[in-house]
Amino acid sequence: MSAISRRAVARRLSPPERSYGALGVVGTVAALELLTRGEVVASRHFPPPSATFRTLGGLLDSAEFWGDVGSTLQGWGAGLALAFAIAVPLGVTIGSSAVLYRALRVPIEFLRPIPSVALIPLVILVYGSGFESKLFLVVFGASWPLLIQTIYGMQDADPLALDTARAFGLGPVARFARVTLPGAAPYIATGLRISSSVALVLAVTAELVIGADGLGRSISLAQESAAVELMYALVVVTGIVGWLLSSAFAGAERRVLHWHTAHRRLEAAP
Amino acid sequence: MRRRLLAASLELGVPVVLVAGWWLWSTRSESFYYPPLPDILSTFADTWLFERVADDVLPSLARLAAGFTIAAIFGIGLGLALGLSRPARLTLAPTVEFLRAIPTPALIPVAIVLLGIGDTMRVTIIATACVWPILLNAIDGVAGIDTTLVETARSYRVRRLDRVRWVVLPAALPQIFAGMRTSLSVGILVMVVSEMEASTNGIGFFVLQSQRTFAIPEMWSGILLLGILGYALNFGFTRIERRVLRWHRGWRASALGAA
Repeated sequence: MSAISRRAVARRLSPPERSYGALGVVGTVAALELLTRGEVVASRHFPPPSATFRTLGGLLDSAEFWGDVGSTLQGWGAGLALAFAIAVPLGVTIGSSAVLYRALRVPIEFLRPIPSVALIPLVILVYGSGFESKLFLVVFGASWPLLIQTIYGMQDADPLALDTARAFGLGPVARFARVTLPGAAPYIATGLRISSSVALVLAVTAELVIGADGLGRSISLAQESAAVELMYALVVVTGIVGWLLSSAFAGAERRVLHWHTAHRRLEAAP
Repeated sequence: MRRRLLAASLELGVPVVLVAGWWLWSTRSESFYYPPLPDILSTFADTWLFERVADDVLPSLARLAAGFTIAAIFGIGLGLALGLSRPARLTLAPTVEFLRAIPTPALIPVAIVLLGIGDTMRVTIIATACVWPILLNAIDGVAGIDTTLVETARSYRVRRLDRVRWVVLPAALPQIFAGMRTSLSVGILVMVVSEMEASTNGIGFFVLQSQRTFAIPEMWSGILLLGILGYALNFGFTRIERRVLRWHRGWRASALGAA
């Protein structure tokens, strides 16, 4: 589950259909503009989109703004990388051993649904209100989807392909590298895409609640100082960042795993 | 037989060993931040059985339930509409994609400006977070429905509304439920954050307040409670899903068996 799937949007668009999406966006923005100009929605609570975009344009010259974007992305990126480095090897190990899987199934099933934000108070105590706290939260939250997906992927290795490889005299290492890992790759890619959006949510949450530097903190500050247009402009930026990241991951996934399209439908399952 | 026994004992044994390890380690630990597990458990019993349930647990759960229900109604309704109409889907896809990409906690300050600090704001923000997985899965489930099903219903002259109710909705239901399961965990997350940001009650408020007043065992007991709630809600929902979709599993098994 992620973007409205390609199947739902359909592969081939007729020329007029291609402009529908743009029409939708323009229509939504225009409707909001009219509603706020006409004060149907109080403009001091919801400024007209044109005013928000003007503020957003002004931000592009601000070093502070780019610093915020950088801080948020840093928390996201470092956290996601660490989560990958922890969860994928762990998932490979657990997923390739039936004994280990049985032993750890219950603790994992119990720990996974714990909302990561429940740890915020503990994290503040232990790491304070800076980057480390943000990093911890992101790593904790982003590790679970990757771990679970990697375990599923390892367990889904095609037994026929493994037997074939064995019959051709491939050793365990070669079998792992040539059969199991490529088979698990789509699962890991899906896990990475889910983890990426979890990581962004948790980075922004840490900035908002704990007060670590970044877009979340600036949004909270803008709200407290009644800089409503700035607040909306920054929220639009988090949306753009989120959208760029998820499209980048979805695009990379399609490109790298194009050979695996037969397995595409599996991603909605877990 | 011996293998099975070994596996079962592992499955039960490892969690027991882990808890025992925490118990032993924490009773010896001198750290202020990690109080002994027995202390946490007795604080847990004092706090949550059942003194603060009405003050903190019920408000949290009520907000979650309200937000989730609104999201489900809205997500399934709009999902059916967009799933059935290709032009509507194509028109709204980019807008939906963008709105979905905004990390929901970033919308809490917006919700405060628009709705003030109160339950309306918190329920709205929970509903906003929960609606995307349900909506996207509903659209996908409806749009990807087997055309034979719809064509058959149409050639039997089943009316449009009945077709949606008896053919389209059931066929999309497994995917809608998958979306609702995701929404539930997102909803719990946003419930906690919204209570940490602006609230005077709720479990999220309680844990953060305990930390600020250095009531460390209380804080741990709240974290433990959130863990148990997360697990219990997830478990309960999986049970409901299994029950509601029992026909689907049977149908799939027979369809696969026949093939």
